[in-house]
Amino acid sequence: MNNLTFLPVLWPLFTGILLIFIAKRIKLQRWVSLFSSLIGIVLSMYLVFSVHSQGILTLGVGSWEAPFGIVIVADMLASLLVLTTNIIGLAILLYSFHSIGIERERHYYYPVFQFLLIGVNGAFLTGDLFNLFVFFEVMLMASYVLLVLGGTKIQLRESLKYIIVNVLSSSFFVIMVAYLYSVLGTLNMAQISQRIAEVNQPAILSVIAIGFLIVFGLKGAIFPLFQWLPGSYYAPPIPVMALFGALLTKVGIYSIFRTYTLMFYHDQGYTHTFLAWLALLTILIGVIGAIAYWDIKKIIIYNIIIAVGVIIFGISVMNEQALSGSILYLIHDMLIKAALFLLIGIMIKLCGSDDLRQMGGLIKQYPALAWTFFIAAISLAGIPPFSGFAGKLLILQGAGESGNFLGMAIVLLSSLMVLYSVMKIFMYGFWGTPKAGYRSAAVPVNKMLIPAVILVAISVLFGVATEFMYPFISQAVETLLNPDIYIKAVLKE
Amino acid sequence: MKQNDLILQTVTKVAAFVILLFAVAIFLGGHYSPGGGFVGGLMTSAAIVLLLLAFDLKTVTAILPIDYKVLIGSGLLISSLTVAGGLLFGVPLMTHAYRYIDLPILGHISLHTAVLFDLGVYLVVVGVTMTIIQTIGESE
Repeated sequence: MNNLTFLPVLWPLFTGILLIFIAKRIKLQRWVSLFSSLIGIVLSMYLVFSVHSQGILTLGVGSWEAPFGIVIVADMLASLLVLTTNIIGLAILLYSFHSIGIERERHYYYPVFQFLLIGVNGAFLTGDLFNLFVFFEVMLMASYVLLVLGGTKIQLRESLKYIIVNVLSSSFFVIMVAYLYSVLGTLNMAQISQRIAEVNQPAILSVIAIGFLIVFGLKGAIFPLFQWLPGSYYAPPIPVMALFGALLTKVGIYSIFRTYTLMFYHDQGYTHTFLAWLALLTILIGVIGAIAYWDIKKIIIYNIIIAVGVIIFGISVMNEQALSGSILYLIHDMLIKAALFLLIGIMIKLCGSDDLRQMGGLIKQYPALAWTFFIAAISLAGIPPFSGFAGKLLILQGAGESGNFLGMAIVLLSSLMVLYSVMKIFMYGFWGTPKAGYRSAAVPVNKMLIPAVILVAISVLFGVATEFMYPFISQAVETLLNPDIYIKAVLKE
Repeated sequence: MKQNDLILQTVTKVAAFVILLFAVAIFLGGHYSPGGGFVGGLMTSAAIVLLLLAFDLKTVTAILPIDYKVLIGSGLLISSLTVAGGLLFGVPLMTHAYRYIDLPILGHISLHTAVLFDLGVYLVVVGVTMTIIQTIGESE
């Protein structure tokens, strides 16, 4: 029993409730949210270090022990992702103060923001499959509100699509959970893993595994289930877009991590090969999108899809290097995607357009903005010593070891294309002749730049200090590769 | 055209109270038999909606001067505090405590912290339902 495990979920809940009561006092809301985010980071750091020193922490909610009650499990992967989520939450919150607009702030933006964090943190920490569904729903409810808040025409149109896609995938989720329950008679992830190992994953369970892949693939936007993403993420204002891009798809990826390493790992010739092909196709589609568009929001959105493909490919290889690489790359990608969204947000505000052909010459007036973007861009592409490098290198090593050279080639080429797509933004957005009429007076560039700089700095540190981070990552990978550790911690055998 | 809703209004004056009382009965019965905060909450909102239909928004706000959004917050707060109670007593969160006591008229009854959680659910359900209905009603 360890109540600390659940605090990253409970804390934003209390904050959100408090914010409902002070909904009309915007200054106060900002301060409360900010303060709460700082505490949230401290809590999740404490969680990471506790897990590091004591191993996996569990909590049988309501004194019902596993496998009978719902159990909250903080292993290293989950704790690291919770910490990353809280850091990103803080940065986006800081950015929101200056860009989300008073109208949205007055209409419960900050409470809903906290509720989204509850869903994301909860999905990472739960050890029960049905409870995972519940936290998915909490997260989705909050995301519906954030997507539609403001009610512009494009938001309403895209919200409708987004809700239809997610309602469908949620019902499919419940159906799959029901199938799994009728086969195995349990919903506790550790016990599911144990029972699948006992029967050595017959065909019916592999089918269910693919069913779950469809569900999580829809949330995580893998090929061919990504079509909703470019449209839906395009609609809301930049802070919400950053929040979605950095967190929501990653919850889908985390769920694939969980299901494909803890539960369905016995028939890798079928499930993981399938996963590998989907991942590579996802990368290809993402690359095509990222290169084709002149709209900077679209370019970064398609870069999300590329990253999803790279991480999933690492999972499908399923050896130590590739999994470490995937985890490193996942955390890196969350940080840097959030930063990139915030940065292009400033560019769009300054130029009054998101078309790259309407921009130019920003570096003359805003050198800090330009160089932050440059560092973020080459981190994204994975140039050493920045944070994307170590992750990609390990994924490539892992793929090489298992002999998947086609995969290696595609991941390598995709890096080049990622570099091209972000350099295109840099060259057309920052070089060239300055266009007349920047709305510099109306945009508090420096204040908006601070959160992006914080994120980029953390990601640079993350890249330079990979050596220091590695014990944490390898602890996470150890649990993923040996499901017994997880099972023993949860079922206490 | 002025509607003649004398019958509806007269019936409502009685029925609303019956429904409210039944809602409370169902809410309290919920621990051992079918019922609980969710149904109780829905039924309470049904009573308020009936009042809204028979009279109008102005009259009902005069009778029940409640900001339903604050009601949602209060409900959430009560439930979450019950959940967090585990922190104070050093037991896992959401652990419920109970005790049996004998009262003069009511006899042998049980007291559960789960009822507090359910009270929160009740308030949230009333709050959410009424917020939705009022929002739809206002826009006409």
